[in-house]
Amino acid sequence: MAVPDDLFFYVDPGRCIGCQSCVQACMQCDTHKGQSMIQLDYVDKTTSTQTVPMVCMHCDSPTCAEVCPADAIKKTEDGVVQSARKPRCIACNNCVIACPFGVPKMNTGMHLMMKCDMCYDRTSIGLKPMCASVCPSQALAFGTRAEIEVTRPNSKAIDTFQFGNQTIRTKVKLMVPRDHPSEVLDVTEALHQPTIGQDAIECVFEEEER
Amino acid sequence: MANRPPDTPTPGLDIDAIRRFGPFRAYATDVRVDSGVELDRVVKTHCCFCGQQCGMQLEVKDETIVGVKPWYEFPFNRGMLCPKGVTRYLQQAHPDRLLHAYERASDAPGGFRPMPYEKAIERVAGEIDRIQREHGRDAFAVLTGASLTTEKTYLMGKFAHMCLRTANIDYNGRLCMVSAAGGNKKAFGIDRAANPWSDILGTDVVWISGANVAECAPITTNYVWQAREQGAKVIVVDPRITPIARTCDLFLPIKPGRDTALFNGILHLMIENDWLDHAFIENHTNGFEKVAEEVRQWNPRRTAEVTGIAEKRIRQAAEWWGTAKTSFLMHARGIEHHTSGVKNVLSAINIVLASGRIGRPNCGYATITGQGNGQGGREHGQKCDQLPGGRDLDDPAHREYVAKVWGMSPDELPMPGVVAYELMRKAERGEVKGLLSICFNPVVSLPDNNFVRRALEKLEFYVAIDFFLSETARYAHVVLPGSLQEEDEGTVTQLEGRVIKINKVVDPPGEARRDWKIIQDIAKALGREKGFTFQSTEEIFEELRVASKGWIMDYSGVTWERVEQNYGVFWPCPDETPEGVPLPPPEGTRRLFEPGSWNPLAKGAGPFYFQDGKARFNVTTYAGPAEDVDDEYPIILTTGRVVSQFLSGNQTRRIGPLVDHYPEPRIEIHPTLAAKLGIAHGDWTLAESRRGNCTLRASVVRTIRPDTVFIPYHWGGRKSANQLTNSALDPISGIPEYKVCAVRVRKADGPPEYADVLQPQQ
Repeated sequence: MAVPDDLFFYVDPGRCIGCQSCVQACMQCDTHKGQSMIQLDYVDKTTSTQTVPMVCMHCDSPTCAEVCPADAIKKTEDGVVQSARKPRCIACNNCVIACPFGVPKMNTGMHLMMKCDMCYDRTSIGLKPMCASVCPSQALAFGTRAEIEVTRPNSKAIDTFQFGNQTIRTKVKLMVPRDHPSEVLDVTEALHQPTIGQDAIECVFEEEER
Repeated sequence: MANRPPDTPTPGLDIDAIRRFGPFRAYATDVRVDSGVELDRVVKTHCCFCGQQCGMQLEVKDETIVGVKPWYEFPFNRGMLCPKGVTRYLQQAHPDRLLHAYERASDAPGGFRPMPYEKAIERVAGEIDRIQREHGRDAFAVLTGASLTTEKTYLMGKFAHMCLRTANIDYNGRLCMVSAAGGNKKAFGIDRAANPWSDILGTDVVWISGANVAECAPITTNYVWQAREQGAKVIVVDPRITPIARTCDLFLPIKPGRDTALFNGILHLMIENDWLDHAFIENHTNGFEKVAEEVRQWNPRRTAEVTGIAEKRIRQAAEWWGTAKTSFLMHARGIEHHTSGVKNVLSAINIVLASGRIGRPNCGYATITGQGNGQGGREHGQKCDQLPGGRDLDDPAHREYVAKVWGMSPDELPMPGVVAYELMRKAERGEVKGLLSICFNPVVSLPDNNFVRRALEKLEFYVAIDFFLSETARYAHVVLPGSLQEEDEGTVTQLEGRVIKINKVVDPPGEARRDWKIIQDIAKALGREKGFTFQSTEEIFEELRVASKGWIMDYSGVTWERVEQNYGVFWPCPDETPEGVPLPPPEGTRRLFEPGSWNPLAKGAGPFYFQDGKARFNVTTYAGPAEDVDDEYPIILTTGRVVSQFLSGNQTRRIGPLVDHYPEPRIEIHPTLAAKLGIAHGDWTLAESRRGNCTLRASVVRTIRPDTVFIPYHWGGRKSANQLTNSALDPISGIPEYKVCAVRVRKADGPPEYADVLQPQQ
């Protein structure tokens, strides 16, 4: 069984409403019941309601696997980077520290790194992952490229990220505005850009007095 | 406090009751976290929270609901769920669950002693009989709720009107949907969303007024954002930059309580620029000239002054709205929870009618119904002036029809009673001596709830039907253990007007009973069994079909089978029509007001529900809020919801992951105002109104107007926002003005009394 090659995972943080439906639904997955593998947080709650869900991006060359001294992290042929294999994981935390997206988490009780495996029990038989199934704003979406192109003509999908000198290509795609000038997202640079909607906030409540 | 009877609880710090009955938080444990569980069954049903009523599947093992599964085929939400839907299964098999009947006893743990169910029913019937004999029939009142299935709401109306023959029944939709209902009836003659949600997709403009869509109707977000991707411009009107407002195309930061002024100002610009559909106005409406006269004074400058929105934004909104080819306008409690609630709704409808964009694909209008069965719950006779089918209790022909269905004389039916808050006032004055409540938690949900407590304390006898001991049930003399939505079957009508089927997932535990059985048991104990001998929920529905037949909210053609075959049926759905008028298609009437459509009032004269078939423009003269700010109370308070909680929190404050998401209410305050008051993020902050005060932590955010603070209302006791709110009511709908009152705010002297003794959800 493998994730069908015409189905892709798309993340559009611009749509995220911070409801944590994905976080709750992730806990329903049969392979890690009661534990969520998604992190969702405000970028800066004092200035914007913008929230961002973080799932595993499933890198072509996964840094987590590259730094693993026990060779516990495997990528299946369909491009899904699996959670650490329990017999091999030595709970050293290398992957937690190295992942540029900050995805893997150490389950100290189980001495095991755990992370999003794109609901492999579901996606490998063609079902949507739990988070992308329930997401009410479809900030997390799972479908074919054609579906996304038809339903989201004002956005485009990119899968290349720049972290300093490291360029990373991922299986999971990030939606950016159609007119975004580049096919690469420079994450380091983006850290210094305002969150979505912040420019509007800066002025909207002051206009009245002018 | 000195006058408080010794056996009544202390507001907000009912420590003993809380220790015994919660709310405590449930998390997934044991079988709910076991991997590879072989399930006993998976049941397709719908969420119990909010008016969207998303389709979902619940997984059962050993009579415990162990999880949720997406139901991808259900067309409204296609598997999508908000966090309340994903975790709702944790309310079942909950440690706080009431498993017996209880009677109040000051020496029992938590103040309540279990009692045999049959004895409790006997006592309830005895007290009803005594109070009605001693003080008259109307001295016993009934308060119900719109999160019940439609069958239950029908039965509650019948119980009050036929069994108790009391005029005094009303429901918690009075806090929720009634302004929209009142406005829709006045303008269109019918109270239902005009369009299915699919009409949102492909529109030029989506106008959202007073609706925190992302938090209160999360699935609707995807509809709005699909429309945006296809090129729709999204206009959001709100005092706060809610998640749906964050990326809208135009945000109008309105001052709470000024919505009529804004819509009047928009219509002014539509007329000035001739952005009108003259043919539609001429052929399908009445009353435009008077409205045009009224809005002449609402030039952009004045509109800007009153609403607190910059003139350029008002002009931009009017231009986008005025020149659109297609549009969808939706609103929710933000414009409805006002003493001008109906007027606000009517002024919104005025700009829809002037545009002529209604009754066609992608030309839509709707209120976003809030409660679980907010639509179905307001249709079939549990409102104080209503009979089934949307019939009127003061209309002789309607009385005669329903009395015939019920097998009684129309003269025996009471006349209309009063709205929910007035019922509390009657109780406080001693005119209402007894009360039965179900699905209503007024101690948390009604405004000025210190008054509500006083009213409840005066009752000679109060019986609450509930599945958990709510803050209000703590005031009851007898508590009867009712059923969760997942413990019964029936239908609900979701926010598009689609009747859908709730399926039973598990049986009620212990001595708990299905609610309609409890009502029938009381009727039997009263010796008034006639009309209350239903053997199944479907039998109730079959009678409802007959009782609603021939009038506006016509369910006569809806059967459970048809509902299940078509993923729901949109009413009106008559089972017969005059010659030459086609019956609705299998899925019912998806879109109202289509050209050439037939209804029982217009009889073909036009698509709207009046004899001439025309819609009504209504003059909406602006009046500000009942309580405006002044030197003493200089800050506006507005209230609302958060995504992880639902209504009074009686269910959602018992679901661990939802509590953890947003544990306790906070006062949202803009940094400019916070700096002026010397308040920092996280400080204990005291908010006071003329009615009460509460101390909460401050949340300093730039996403709210600097003249306004916001508190979510889901908590009880000393954390309740409704200690502060104003109980002034809309004169037409009877809705309270939750969305605006005057407060003063300062840094608190220290942490509140509750901080050390209560858990966040308590």
